Amino acid sequence: MKLKQITIIFVLSFWTVIVQAGIYAFEFDDPAKEQRFKQLSEELRCLVCQNQTLADSNAGLAMDLRKELYKQVLSDASDEEIKNFMVSRYGDFVLYKPPVKTSTYLLWFGPFILVAIALIILLRVIRSSNKQTPTTLSDADHKRAQQLLSENKD
Amino acid sequence: MIPEIGHFALILALCLALVQGTFPIIGAHKGIIGWMELARRAALGQFVFMAIAFIALTHAFIVNDFSLVYVANNSNTALPLQYRISAVWGAHEGSLLLWGFILSIWTIAVAIFSRSLPLDTVARVISVMGLISIGFILFMLLTSNPFDRIPLERIPVDGRDLNPLLQDIGLVMHPPMLYMGYVGFSVAFAFAVAALLGGKLDATWARWSRPWTAIAWVFLTIGIALGSWWAYYELGWGGWWFWDPVENASFMPWIVGTALMHSLAVAEKRNAFKSWTVLLAIFAFSLSLLGTFLVRSGVLTSVHAFATDPARGVFILLFLGVVIGGSLSLYAWRAPTIKSVGEFKLLSRETLLLCNNVLLIVVTATILLGTLYPLLLDALGLGKISVGPPYFNSVFVPITTLLAILMGIGPLARWKSNDPDKFKKQFYIPALISIILGSAFVALVYGDFPLLAVLGVTLAIWIVATIILDLKNKLTHRQNKLVALTSLPRSYYSMTVAHIGIAVFIVGITLTSHYSVERDVRMSQGKSLSLAGYDFKFVGVDKQRGPNYESHIGVVQVSKQGEHIVTMHPEKRYYIVQQNPMTEAAIDAGLFRDIYVSLGEPLPGGEAWAVRLYYKPFIRWIWLGAIIMSIGGLLAATDKRYRVLLKRTARNSADNTAAAKA
Amino acid sequence: MASSRLRPFIPLIIFIVMAIFLGVGLTLNPREVPSPLINKASPAFTLPQLHSPDKTLGHTDFVGKVSLFNVWASWCAACRQEHGFLVQLEKQNILPIYGLNYKDDANDAKRWLIQYGGNPYVASAHDLDGRVGIDWGVYGVPETFVIDKKGMIRYKHIGPLDFHVWSKNIAPIVKQLQAE
Repeated sequence: MKLKQITIIFVLSFWTVIVQAGIYAFEFDDPAKEQRFKQLSEELRCLVCQNQTLADSNAGLAMDLRKELYKQVLSDASDEEIKNFMVSRYGDFVLYKPPVKTSTYLLWFGPFILVAIALIILLRVIRSSNKQTPTTLSDADHKRAQQLLSENKD
Repeated sequence: MIPEIGHFALILALCLALVQGTFPIIGAHKGIIGWMELARRAALGQFVFMAIAFIALTHAFIVNDFSLVYVANNSNTALPLQYRISAVWGAHEGSLLLWGFILSIWTIAVAIFSRSLPLDTVARVISVMGLISIGFILFMLLTSNPFDRIPLERIPVDGRDLNPLLQDIGLVMHPPMLYMGYVGFSVAFAFAVAALLGGKLDATWARWSRPWTAIAWVFLTIGIALGSWWAYYELGWGGWWFWDPVENASFMPWIVGTALMHSLAVAEKRNAFKSWTVLLAIFAFSLSLLGTFLVRSGVLTSVHAFATDPARGVFILLFLGVVIGGSLSLYAWRAPTIKSVGEFKLLSRETLLLCNNVLLIVVTATILLGTLYPLLLDALGLGKISVGPPYFNSVFVPITTLLAILMGIGPLARWKSNDPDKFKKQFYIPALISIILGSAFVALVYGDFPLLAVLGVTLAIWIVATIILDLKNKLTHRQNKLVALTSLPRSYYSMTVAHIGIAVFIVGITLTSHYSVERDVRMSQGKSLSLAGYDFKFVGVDKQRGPNYESHIGVVQVSKQGEHIVTMHPEKRYYIVQQNPMTEAAIDAGLFRDIYVSLGEPLPGGEAWAVRLYYKPFIRWIWLGAIIMSIGGLLAATDKRYRVLLKRTARNSADNTAAAKA
Repeated sequence: MASSRLRPFIPLIIFIVMAIFLGVGLTLNPREVPSPLINKASPAFTLPQLHSPDKTLGHTDFVGKVSLFNVWASWCAACRQEHGFLVQLEKQNILPIYGLNYKDDANDAKRWLIQYGGNPYVASAHDLDGRVGIDWGVYGVPETFVIDKKGMIRYKHIGPLDFHVWSKNIAPIVKQLQAE
């Protein structure tokens, strides 16, 4: 228990370094490339951090991967090529936008299927609650209703 | 000595919680009045002892008692006093104590403000809350005791200091606000369980639950907004939400809490949706507990996670099984006995509110799915994936668009039924105005036309336009408009204000997401750079010393078209004990834009620094929207009807005591 | 109708399923990243050797035998834990152990080997900037790859090697690969 506590504390004492944004300026002549670099570095995951993008991490590996990303963006590699580069080395884990494959169909289509199912059930519930016999209005009620309705016309 | 008193108080609190959780609820079942009356007394006792325990721990921090493991790990003699106090809830054990203490506060509040409720209901509600208290106190005593001592020979001279990120006012307030929200939902939960047990699910139950739920919701809203605001100014990446598992864990109960408030309104007014409402009350608190599990068990990776320990995770999971499994079983068993009376047509307020709730639950389920999906695949051996902002943003936007559209329609619908033609027609003009104004705003102010940005602004205007339409409908046949306005029920205003808050929030998110500009640049002394129409001149870097850190302070002059606007001082601090660098960004806040400058690393050569510059339009509207929503919630909680109830209960209890004395 | 009697049980059932997954989750490590390079050819590389920089170590050196490729560095605290075991393992002559000295100063690395009990490596490749590490999907040090006679990666262990991990997970694979 003691050793585990100490290990946890030891590990935790480093996390403040990694949490805050790492700011290392990479120079770009082309603003479009700078934009691509920014976007990709926000879609790729830092593998040694506790849930941070490559853009936000100070960790050594994140800096190395950003340098690599910088080189590839400058050399005109496409987004897909860069992502494939990362995935072939680190697996799907490195992408914050999970690829659409059989194992992630439930993830990507689930929400919309859920909306559809929910709305269908909703309609059925409301329709069935309306199947109950409608109440009949008395004459006095009818007159009052007429009055109110005519008030609303203007 | 004092920590021992605190520890002992915790044990006594457990004993009282045991009494509180068992006798009253059995008494309610068997009709034993003495046992039911124990509820309030046990709750009071538990509160007193939890307070003693909390004060004892706080005292240990104030006097720097490093013989306690928890204090040694989270404090330091150089730590300023206000952070020594906030360090009490800065890590796992202490934050649990805060949870338990806040739970005892809510329980005693229920005990005090429930004089007009029948005794058996009060007994059940307080018992359920007592059972939850048992879980938390037991968790502390068995696995996470804040009063653990370090053996005499190893007591450190000084502590390891509080994590520098927590040494900040935003993060001081964030956990207490969140916990007030999470724990507050336990009241609605307890009312729901009590009602299921007692078999009495009527409009009174709904009316009683409403203000408690509203107050809890307000706290949770503020807590989440504080966390978001803190992340923005502290973490240095200009972001305000990352869909991190722990953030999602706080957002899900909030969404369900919102659905719950809407559902309670229908249950009270129309005696409909009762089954739904009970389920939502159970869900809201269950999600609060699930959040506790996710943050402390190590099952998901998150920057926010406390010291994660799977062994503790087992305890919490078992606790979840008992609380959530138990309440859902009770629901399944009793559900057939819940009968909702109200009928309503397809085009009615009931239907629209039902749609609203359904969509809110789908959003919650979606976030839950995305958060747990990596775990799901890993457990099935299907590999490891990451689910992050790109996914959540893609699925969140379409569904919330539907919700925003509904938000404009629902409030105008009447209960039971509406004439479809007339109803439809009144929306044509607001819809047209929204689209025109939304498009015009984006095109004129920003000179481009991204569809999503236009959609966001249009939806926000739609919400406001329909509010104006609704007001117009309400005031049409009144002579004195002002009198008419002030005579509208407070519940109408709470709804309107809250919805306006959402509109403001949507504007903030939309514009900041689409039109933020960011650049990481190298700046050497005297160098100037342009961003979003502003000129930034890097003057230099000074050195300074703080109470427990050293810092480099950059000086950046900002001007627009030659005119000096502000001098900004981004800072980089090096905390002495934990030896970690921390960035304190410089922010020039404005209602319509923030300018944000962050000091990065010094570049090799010594003269230049990496600097991050941001222009963030309308970002304050995000938290402004949250504040406005909270005001709406407060209005809902302080509705006259509840205050009448309060006055009546005060009169009742006075009458009762008078009668008893006679 | 049977389904309407069962409908109130749906939330409970969903919760139980979720709780089971959460329970399984407690036994998993969410931070461990499995390697996509398993059963693929070793990523190509040629690096100077740590102790003889005029000589090189590359992916072609793995062909013809089963070997271990161990990623290590002098700045890595956990590497100290496994080093003793590696030295012992090398003495047993079961298979050659190659090293990837990752983002390390050459002198620090050489000194570290002497300080902590010797050099178990046939040779260590000196990856100063970590680029080869990226190609091998290295994200944490130490890591150990099992490479077969054709130069294909067949197994990756993340974290320090010890006797337990070796005998339970790696030794059987090595035996099987050597028999191929």
